[in-house]
Amino acid sequence: MTTFSLVGLSHHVAPVELRERVTLDAAAAAELARTLGDAVCLSTCNRTELYLSSVDEERAVRALEALAGEPLDGVLYRLREDEAAVHLFRVAAGLDSLVPGEGEILGQVRDAYEAATPGATLDRVFRQALGVGKRVRTETAIGESPASVSSAAAALAAQVFGDLRGRRVLLVGAGRIGELAASNLASRGAEIAFVANRTVDTARELAHRFGGAAIGLDELAKTLGEVDVVLSSTSSPDAVVRAEDVPAQRRAPLFFIDIAVPRDLDPAIANLAGCFLYDIDDLEAVVAETLTGRRAEAERAEQLVAEEAERFRAWHASLDVVPAIASLRAHAEEIRSAELAKVRVSDDERRTLESVTAQILNKLLHLPTVRMKEAAVSADGAVYADAVKHLFGLGEPGTDERQRP
Amino acid sequence: MVEALFWPALLAYGEAALAYSSPRTTRAATWGVRIGWLAQTALLVVQAARADGFPWSTWAGSLNLFVWLVVGAYLIWGCRPRFRLLGLTVMPLAAALFLVAKLGGGTRGGSGSTYGNVFLVLHVGLVLAAFAGFTLAAALAALYLWQEGRLKSRAPDILSLRLPPLASLERLTWRTVLVSLPLLTLGLVAGIVRMRQDRAGFDALEAVTLLTWAVYGVFIGLHPTGRRAAYLALGGFALVIVARLALAGSHFT
Repeated sequence: MTTFSLVGLSHHVAPVELRERVTLDAAAAAELARTLGDAVCLSTCNRTELYLSSVDEERAVRALEALAGEPLDGVLYRLREDEAAVHLFRVAAGLDSLVPGEGEILGQVRDAYEAATPGATLDRVFRQALGVGKRVRTETAIGESPASVSSAAAALAAQVFGDLRGRRVLLVGAGRIGELAASNLASRGAEIAFVANRTVDTARELAHRFGGAAIGLDELAKTLGEVDVVLSSTSSPDAVVRAEDVPAQRRAPLFFIDIAVPRDLDPAIANLAGCFLYDIDDLEAVVAETLTGRRAEAERAEQLVAEEAERFRAWHASLDVVPAIASLRAHAEEIRSAELAKVRVSDDERRTLESVTAQILNKLLHLPTVRMKEAAVSADGAVYADAVKHLFGLGEPGTDERQRP
Repeated sequence: MVEALFWPALLAYGEAALAYSSPRTTRAATWGVRIGWLAQTALLVVQAARADGFPWSTWAGSLNLFVWLVVGAYLIWGCRPRFRLLGLTVMPLAAALFLVAKLGGGTRGGSGSTYGNVFLVLHVGLVLAAFAGFTLAAALAALYLWQEGRLKSRAPDILSLRLPPLASLERLTWRTVLVSLPLLTLGLVAGIVRMRQDRAGFDALEAVTLLTWAVYGVFIGLHPTGRRAAYLALGGFALVIVARLALAGSHFT
């Protein structure tokens, strides 16, 4: 039988200092897989794993150790056959990720698979893994909840406005955290219309990147009437937006996100009609709650993985008997054709004979074929396959001669 | 035949009401709404075929028709996975009112009609359709207020228990009233024509219905947003309840 195995390391067992040394970009990962033979290399910031089919595991270990520059005893894990497949299914489903259910890994598994040239076994197991990842994302809610403060802020804005396309955002502060949160809003279609900062030059650079306008903090109040979302992340010790700055006559709601410590936005804003204010503690509480929900959904996802693993086991086990079944059918077909060739009949009669004998053959071989496949699933497949080969002399020289009278 | 259609419809509505309680069974709930509504449609068709004229002239009969219209409006506007809590609001109410209609004799077949006038049939049908729309609008407005309150109070489970976005709820409430108000207007016109023909007097139900029309007229005219819109939609619905439950009997008799 074709052997299928996995050698790798991940965030579960390897520190980041080690992971970053063995992490490969897409081209290098594909090259490593090609060097090893029938292999797929999955390399992300959290894992580098080599999936192998009929490839010596020691070669894969040596390749990873060469990248790490040190022996990897105690850090590498090795899994084989069904265990390796279940691991891949869990990886594709996001269940082995740092944040359970994160969706990016499914695309990374797809990229790794498409960059390699896998043989039949790896092709089958990766295609099934991609199917598992898709099932988990569509049949459970594991990927729906945000896992970070910035994605929670964007999800909350969507709870107010629905589609964020066309919604205008005022970003107060030009720091890294604010930029990340603004990127999350922009990825949902929001327009970063203004970037306000104490130093307008710094704001200008970020505003240019988002396609918005740069303003000074003194212009904040008059800009509030032109936006739907205010996202603030400055290092100011005092509030930069006060409740009295918010225009009273508004038809649309105004959503305030304050991810600064100390807070930038006057807490009294929360009491204004049509205004919603979330500070860093509120956002962290939301994330903690959604992660609890993710864990519950992860249990459902594990059930789906278990179902798919059972399907894989059945397919993998059937590999034991497939060659025997194919040989038996080829052998029977050979005898049928040889015997028919001896008969002298008209074309019409030959066609009838062809049809009848083919049907007899199919009916005769149907039950043994089904029984062998069933036996393969219950782990007796190799015994049955050997018995069939022995009884029919499959693969032995001179079998055909012995059949002839 | 009528009995054979009533129970499947009620069971399907009941199943939908229960299934909406869990996000995992929302699909089963949606099918319950669809199957129940089809069964009730068949029930109404049989009732119409067996009756001489308008078969829903009693308060119970009109309640039967009202439930069908409410569920129909819900199927068109709100029967989506994200609107599970709307289903949880509408379907138990629909199942309960459907049962009340049955107990009041409104789901029987072959009852004689007291309406011999096409304007009266139009009046009842259109007013009931408008009321069904206002009921759905009220449910949407109630959901809006609840969701707005959760967002305001920064409930940590705000993303775990997903409701439709505020903007969607507000837009759907507006559209539902926008469709329902012309129906009520036409229904009232048909009723006035009938009144003139019969030289009937002006009663309390008609006064409340006119007031309802005025409230929703203000809703459309001013196009309020946020909480104001939700309160106005609920205020109008309070009048619908008075018209449907407190005064309907007097008007029909």
